[in-house]
Amino acid sequence: MLETEGLTIRFGGHAAVDGVSCAFHPGTLTAIVGPNGAGKTTYFNLISGQLAATAGRVRLKGRDITALAAPRRAQLGLGRAFQLTNLFPNLTALENVRLAVQARSGRTLDLLSRAARHQDLTDQAMAHLKAVALADRAGAISATLAHGDQRKLEVAILLALEPDVFMFDEPTAGMSVDDVPAVLDVIAAIKARGDKTILLVEHKMDVVRSLSDRIVVLHHGRLVADGPPAEVIHSDVVREAYLGGAAESDHG
Amino acid sequence: MASALHIRLHPLPTLLLVAGLAVLPVVLTAVDQPFYIVLASRVLIYALIASSLNLLIGYGGMVSLGHACFIGAGAYTAAVMVRAGADIAWLTWPAAALAGAALAAMIGVVALRTRGVYFIMITLAFAQMAYYVVVSLRVLGGDDGLTLPHRARYGFGLDPGSDTVFYWAVLVVVLLLMTGMRQLLNAPLGRALQAIRDNDTRMEAIGFPVFRIQLAGFVIAGAAAGLGGGMLADLNQQVSPSLLHWTQSGTLMVMVILGGAGRFLGGVLGAAALLLAQELFSDVTTHTALGIGLVLLAVVLFAPAGLAGLWRQVAR
Repeated sequence: MLETEGLTIRFGGHAAVDGVSCAFHPGTLTAIVGPNGAGKTTYFNLISGQLAATAGRVRLKGRDITALAAPRRAQLGLGRAFQLTNLFPNLTALENVRLAVQARSGRTLDLLSRAARHQDLTDQAMAHLKAVALADRAGAISATLAHGDQRKLEVAILLALEPDVFMFDEPTAGMSVDDVPAVLDVIAAIKARGDKTILLVEHKMDVVRSLSDRIVVLHHGRLVADGPPAEVIHSDVVREAYLGGAAESDHG
Repeated sequence: MASALHIRLHPLPTLLLVAGLAVLPVVLTAVDQPFYIVLASRVLIYALIASSLNLLIGYGGMVSLGHACFIGAGAYTAAVMVRAGADIAWLTWPAAALAGAALAAMIGVVALRTRGVYFIMITLAFAQMAYYVVVSLRVLGGDDGLTLPHRARYGFGLDPGSDTVFYWAVLVVVLLLMTGMRQLLNAPLGRALQAIRDNDTRMEAIGFPVFRIQLAGFVIAGAAAGLGGGMLADLNQQVSPSLLHWTQSGTLMVMVILGGAGRFLGGVLGAAALLLAQELFSDVTTHTALGIGLVLLAVVLFAPAGLAGLWRQVAR
């Protein structure tokens, strides 16, 4: 179980995430929605350790991980995919995934064996590429992959970490309609296993509605709504958050 | 499955190169040019040192402008040992490597908390501090440095005064270390180092201890540079603070860029090209720096992957 308690970060006087307390449970897919600038990605960064919190706590399986650096959190089971594609551009797709498998296997400081000879690592990496329908591009340098394939590779890296908590940050952003189902199928398959905690930041309401068990709404860094999709989507506070945000940008 | 990182050395050209290097002193003696044996030894030692910097800059993305201080640490360690009578090369050289590693560990712990231009400046600052410490220590000879009464001995009945024997000893050590570097780069640690160069935030996000991996790379490079320093002390039979001067670090960086940063033989080719060019042109003109500057400009403009990459460019 993942839990944040009064989680806050201030940049100067501005609180990008402001006292967010929320618990996420295994077997549940929670969608985190909110207008642009609501603090969704910042909230993710605080949980996964890319940013250090100004105040509040993050707990994973009962353990306080607020003071831990990102690599430690990843080792403890927090898996994070990125909104902006964040790959190893000069490596092949297979090597991108194999690094994640290697991290998982704990062979990070090994300098005596040969990376290419670890057939087990390669096989596992290949399996994860297959899961996102990218096996045929295994040998391609990741920088040369099409945008949709890069997004899939991002998901394959996350799969390879075998985390307890999956954090997807707009996994289908900028993807062509043909590519979207492959990624959504993967997320649905993780959910079907029933023991994983899944957090999903997503703008597409049809995706949110079809996948999520619960919706959390962030607005100006605060948690403003939390509940089953059917209730939250039609609530006044969400309407106000989205329409209010739209009205503001019309003026600005 | 194809890998973008795996370093392959074709066996035949590699074997020919090694054989050529091994018989070089015999050939030079036969044509009565023994002076070039010493030059060849210097090229080999700098090939090792430049390769260690290539490991940092080219493979690790750690642009260090303080590499000379590790040479200095090794050179002074070896010099002091030989003067104190502990004059066995198989002791002084490993000790020189240890000295380089220890200094690299101390500097790396602080410097690796910074990135980019700050890393360049902080490594430079540490190296200059080491330079001024050496200059001001009378026990290390201050400005004048130290002279070695003789080279370290090898045992096995080998003549320590012979330039040819010294060359072979250096060749063996350099070949071993280059083999080790290839092994390191193909090992999981080397892969991680290169992936950090590509994208360090992502490496942290997937759980790699980025700081520790970079520190390991930094210490290994420091050890190799220290070993090179220990061999330089024997080669010149003297050590001076100029070994640690920042211009030395700059020259090493030129070697790496010239030879090809991030290419396995980049450091070797860069060291060979620069030292041979200096030797060649110093007979003709005193303005060798200008010529080398022009060559460097041409390399950066037309062969950004250096001499090692030029090979591939031409072959295409």
